[in-house]
Amino acid sequence: MKESGVKHPAVEKFARGVSDQTRDSVRAASIKVADARKTTLNEVFRDLNGARSQAAQIKDYVLDNISNLLSQLEMKCRLNGIEVHWARDAVSARKIILDICKDAAPAGSTIVKAKSMATEEIHLNSHLGDAGYKVVETDLGEFVVQIDGDTPSHIVAPIIHKNRRQVGKSFEREGLGPYTESPEQLAAQARAYLRGKFMEAKIGISGVNFAIAESGRLVLVENEGNSRLSTTAPDTHIAIMGLEKILPSEADLPLFLKLLAGSATGQRMTVYTHLISGPRRRDEVDGPKSVHLVILDNGRSKAINGPYREILRCIRCGACLNVCPVYRQASGHAYGNVYSGPIGAVLAPALQGVEALPELAKASTLCGSCEEVCPVKIPIPRMLLQLRDEAVRKGAHVEEVPWALYSFGATSGFRWRTGIKMLPMAKMVSHPLKKAWSEFRDQPQKEGRDFRKWWNGRS
Amino acid sequence: MLTCLCDIYFGEVGIATVRILEHLGCEVLFDKEQTCCGQPPYNAGDWASARQVAGLTMRALLDSEDPVVMPSASCAAMVREGYPILYEGLAHPQVFELGEFLVHQMKVRSWPVTATTIPAKRKVAFHRACHGRGIGLTDEQEILVGSLPWVQLVRFKQGDQCCGFGGAFSVTHGSVSAGIGMEKLENIMHAGATEIVSGDMGCLMHLNGLIRKNKLPLKTRHFAELLAEAIA
Repeated sequence: MKESGVKHPAVEKFARGVSDQTRDSVRAASIKVADARKTTLNEVFRDLNGARSQAAQIKDYVLDNISNLLSQLEMKCRLNGIEVHWARDAVSARKIILDICKDAAPAGSTIVKAKSMATEEIHLNSHLGDAGYKVVETDLGEFVVQIDGDTPSHIVAPIIHKNRRQVGKSFEREGLGPYTESPEQLAAQARAYLRGKFMEAKIGISGVNFAIAESGRLVLVENEGNSRLSTTAPDTHIAIMGLEKILPSEADLPLFLKLLAGSATGQRMTVYTHLISGPRRRDEVDGPKSVHLVILDNGRSKAINGPYREILRCIRCGACLNVCPVYRQASGHAYGNVYSGPIGAVLAPALQGVEALPELAKASTLCGSCEEVCPVKIPIPRMLLQLRDEAVRKGAHVEEVPWALYSFGATSGFRWRTGIKMLPMAKMVSHPLKKAWSEFRDQPQKEGRDFRKWWNGRS
Repeated sequence: MLTCLCDIYFGEVGIATVRILEHLGCEVLFDKEQTCCGQPPYNAGDWASARQVAGLTMRALLDSEDPVVMPSASCAAMVREGYPILYEGLAHPQVFELGEFLVHQMKVRSWPVTATTIPAKRKVAFHRACHGRGIGLTDEQEILVGSLPWVQLVRFKQGDQCCGFGGAFSVTHGSVSAGIGMEKLENIMHAGATEIVSGDMGCLMHLNGLIRKNKLPLKTRHFAELLAEAIA
C-alpha cells in the first residue's frame, strides 16, 4: 500500500520514478515520429484506410494458412540454399543458434548483430556471451543499449529514452572518441569502431522483417547499413524470425514495405531494403557461405488459436507506442517486457499467458489511438478489455473496486436512486480509491440542479 | 439516457440535453429506472457485473423503437460497441451520442440561437473525447459549438490526445493519468483558451479535478450546456 491508498501496478510504479529528462526525450521523439507517420502515409497512399484493411486481410490469410505457408517457406528456402531450423521456445532457439555458432567459429570469436526483437525476446546476447562469444550490436541504438548495459525501450527506436548528451558521455567513457553532442560525429565514432568488428566477425545474426513463402526470400529493412554488413560480411548469417512474419507472395511486399516504413519512421522507404535469397552462389565473390533461418514459435502457435490471434498481424512498426499517451508518460521500460507500449501490453500476455502478466492490460486509458494508427488494424483496445476480463475470470487479478456491489446498486432503479441520495454522506467516508483520486485532483462535486428533481418538477 | 455521472454529479448536462432536443421539436422521454451503461465494471474486467448492469439498460431503454440519445460518446460506445462484445451475436444497438444525433439525425449544422442576451466572445478549447473514435465521431460536437457566435475555438498542440482519465485507470495509474491530463491543460492554456468544452463528463470531471487542485485559470463545460445557453 502506498500513501495514496491503492497498490500501484508495475507501469504506474515505474512511471513515478521516470525523470523529467527521460520523459521529455520519449515524448518529443514519439510526437515527432507520430506526426511524420501521418504526413507520409497520407502522401504515399491515396486510400490509407483501404491499404491498412488490405494489409490486415493479408496477415489474416497468413494466420489462417500458417502451416501450409511455413511448409512452403521451408521448401523454398531450402531450394535457395538457406538452412531452416524450427525452435519451439526460447531455450531451443538459443541452443540451435549456439550450435550453429560453434560450428562456424570457436568461442571467443566476434559475432556482429543487426537489430532484432526476436533475439531480445529469447535473450540471445547473454546466452552467447556466457558461451564465450563476443556479441557486438551494430545498430547504433542497440549499440548504445549494449555499452550501457541497458535494454531497448522501443521496438524501433531502442534509445528513445536517451538524449545525445547521454550518448556522448557513454561513447567518451568507452573510449570511442572525445566527448561530442553532434549526432554526425557520434555516428562516425561508432562507425569507425564497428567497421573493424564487421571485418573480423565470422558470424552475423539478424532478424527478419518479412519472409516470403512463394520465393523463400528473407526481407530486411534498415537505415544504417549495418544490417547489410552483418548479413554479408561474415561467412555465416543466422536470421531469426517469429513464425508469423510470413508474407504469402512477392506481390504483397510493396504494400508492406510502404506501410512499415511510413508507420515506423515516417519514411516513404527505408534507406536499405535487403532481399536475401540465400548464401553466396558459386559464381559470386562475396556474401555469406551459409545462411540459416531459425523460425521461432515461443507461444505463437498457441496464440494463433486463442482469443488474441490478431495481435500476430503485428509487423513491429512501433506506431502504437508513438501515439500512446501512457507510453509517452511512462516510457517503454515501464512495461517490464521486451515488447512495450500497447502492442506489448497485448503481445506479452498473449505469448506468456495472462497469469504471468495479469495487470499489464490495465495500463491503458483505452483511448483507441493505437488501433487508429495500426497499419494492420489490430483491435488493441478490445484485446486489452478481453485480457482484463480473462485476468478477472481466472482470478489472476483481483479488482480493488467492489464491482459486484456496484452492479447490485445499478441493477435496480430503486437501489440506484437511493444510493445516489445517500452519496453526500459518503463524503465523510475515507476510501483508498478516493485518496488515490485526491493525490492529484480535487474531488468532484455535485454541480447545479439535480436532473431527476428537475424532471419530476416539470410534469 | 442520462448517464451515471450526470445522474450523480452533473444534472445540468442532463437538463441541457433535454432542452436542446425539445428546442428542435423532439418529444423527450425519460425512463426513471435507468442507472448506468455498465462501462465501469466492463473496463475493469468484471464482465459478469457488467452484463447485469447492461441487462437493466437494455430492458429500460432498448426495447422501444424510439432513438436513445445520451450526452456521452463513452456511454454510447459502450452500448453500441461494448454490448455486442459482452453478448456475442447481439446486433449493435441503435443509440446515439448527442452531437452525432443532432448533426446526422436532426441535420443540424449550425445551432439555432434564440437567446437575446449574447455572452461576450471567448476562447474555447474543444477536447474530443476518445470514445468518439469507437463510434466514428469526428467533428460533430465541435461544429455545433463553433457555430455559436460568441465562441472562438482555438487549436492546441496534441489536440487529439487522450485526457488521461480512463475510468479506474485514473486511480490505479494516478501519476500517469495526471501527467497526461496536465500535458493537455498546459497545451490548452498555452493556446490562450480559458474554457474547455467537451462531450464527455468523464474527461471533464478528471480535467476539472486537476484544474481545481492546481488552481489553474480554466473552466470546463459540456457542449450541451453551451448550446442550451443559446436557447431563449
